[in-house]
Amino acid sequence: MSVDYAIETDQLRKVFGDYAAVKSLTLQVMQGEVFGFLGPNGAGKTTSIKMLLSLTASTSGVASLLGKPVGNRDVMGRIGFLPEHFRFQEWLTANEFLLLHGQLLNMQANDLTARIDELLERVGLAEYRNKQLRTFSKGMLQRIGLAQALLNRPALVFLDEPTSGLDPVGRRLVRDIIHEVRAQGTSVFLNSHLLSEIEVTCDRVAFIRHGEVVRILDLKTLDTNQTSVTIRVSQLSAEPLAGLSQWGKDIQMDGEHISMVIQSDAVLPEITRYLVAQKGEVYAITPNRMSLEDIFIETVGKDGGL
Amino acid sequence: MNPIFILAKLTFREAIRRRILLAGFALGISFLIIYSIGLHFILIQVRQVIANSAPGQNVMNVESQNTFLMAGLYAITFLSIAMAALLGADTLAGEINSGTIQTIATKPIRRADVILGKWLGFATLLALYQLLMAGGAVLSMYIQAHYTPDHLLSGLGLIYLEALIVMTITLMCSAYFSALATGGIVFGLYGLAFIGGWIEQIGAVLHNSTAVQIGIITSLIIPSESLWRRAAFEMQTPLAGVLGISPFGASSVPSPLMVIYAIIYLCSTLGFAVRIFQKRDL
Repeated sequence: MSVDYAIETDQLRKVFGDYAAVKSLTLQVMQGEVFGFLGPNGAGKTTSIKMLLSLTASTSGVASLLGKPVGNRDVMGRIGFLPEHFRFQEWLTANEFLLLHGQLLNMQANDLTARIDELLERVGLAEYRNKQLRTFSKGMLQRIGLAQALLNRPALVFLDEPTSGLDPVGRRLVRDIIHEVRAQGTSVFLNSHLLSEIEVTCDRVAFIRHGEVVRILDLKTLDTNQTSVTIRVSQLSAEPLAGLSQWGKDIQMDGEHISMVIQSDAVLPEITRYLVAQKGEVYAITPNRMSLEDIFIETVGKDGGL
Repeated sequence: MNPIFILAKLTFREAIRRRILLAGFALGISFLIIYSIGLHFILIQVRQVIANSAPGQNVMNVESQNTFLMAGLYAITFLSIAMAALLGADTLAGEINSGTIQTIATKPIRRADVILGKWLGFATLLALYQLLMAGGAVLSMYIQAHYTPDHLLSGLGLIYLEALIVMTITLMCSAYFSALATGGIVFGLYGLAFIGGWIEQIGAVLHNSTAVQIGIITSLIIPSESLWRRAAFEMQTPLAGVLGISPFGASSVPSPLMVIYAIIYLCSTLGFAVRIFQKRDL
């Protein structure tokens, strides 16, 4: 196993009885990248994370974190984890809660108190530090959970649905924090249902279905300029339709609706002029950006992998 | 700091914050008040009876004091066991169920540390509880009657060992079963030990060796009741020892070997608890 990977798995598998929750997970996450983990409900995402964190033993296959086999205690001291449906000792205050986790991470007392101050400030909970967690709202709990995951300035952090329960301001905060830790060299493994969030935060994204990686997409090179366009036009014969191919491809006509894929919005005025010149009556031209959601549906299927 | 101590402190703090300690101690103090008042009136009665009877009846004084203290300690033992089972039943089961355990178990600690930390926290709580309860009952007797039983410390030590065994069984079950199932199992086992103990007692009086064997077998399954009987034997008066039966004493006395067995039993149960928790998907 190479040290260059933050996470590396090979045919990782988990079977409950005769049901394979994770069939065969093989993936590599580079050090320093933000890696999105996407899949429909029941695709085995949380089980995969639990195996990587050795909360659950794998049935077969191998996995390593930061170049060491999973469960290595040194490595556990260098990672952070925000679980899904985050629950905690609600009778602790925010400050005590972070102290507890910092002590379990074996952090030095001085460093820990300074780090707690810094993180409480960063997640916007500084004034609530002496309040018991039972009084916190869902969003506040998510924030304190995030602070907990970042206490030890982890080399690798697992965030399982970090923005569930957060309002738009909170979601923005999480996104900003992810960018900050990435800038400091932390690898981020992000499990989220929010495709828009994955789209703006991740470097790469894996699509999971039935516990297998069906596709890995590099979002940096994803051509988001490629746009499909729907044109509603009447009185147009089939002949001028062929002429549209000079601006795009995949041209299809269905009644009054033409759809095609173009390289750039810039060609839209030319297309309009062309259609008008061909005596077409143009009612609407609607560009549709190819979103991660389209790719998601295309990859895992409309049935959601069920 | 060692993670075991961090988690023991956490367990202890949880009992305080969730008012478990407060409830236990408040009710414990009510128990001691009622016990002391009852003792007061009983002692008056006993003194009157002795004053009106022939000389040489002083032995009755000591016997009644011993019996009343043993009755108190018996009730306290039961309360400690209930406390041990209630403290431990939800601890792992609840945290596994809610996912609280996930951020703890992914820290650079061993799973054994989680078990041992909780165990240490509960053991400290039980020690404090018994110190208050048994200490209070003994003190009340000493203040009112200037009586302390023989072998007090070893007797109380055995009662503490009994509570530790029940707590450890609870912790072990809680690593695998739900809180409710754990409670059911632990009280079921306690009932088994209780009835086995009485069968053995009665069997000993009637010289029925089969009944005694049944009692010994249940003691091997769960040695809690036999520890109480050993404790009662240690603290009983010499006369009760000769006469052989009293409701809170011991007719068939578990041997010191049973105490050693109980200690081994305690350590193995703790070992199994660690093992089960290590294998468990969290």
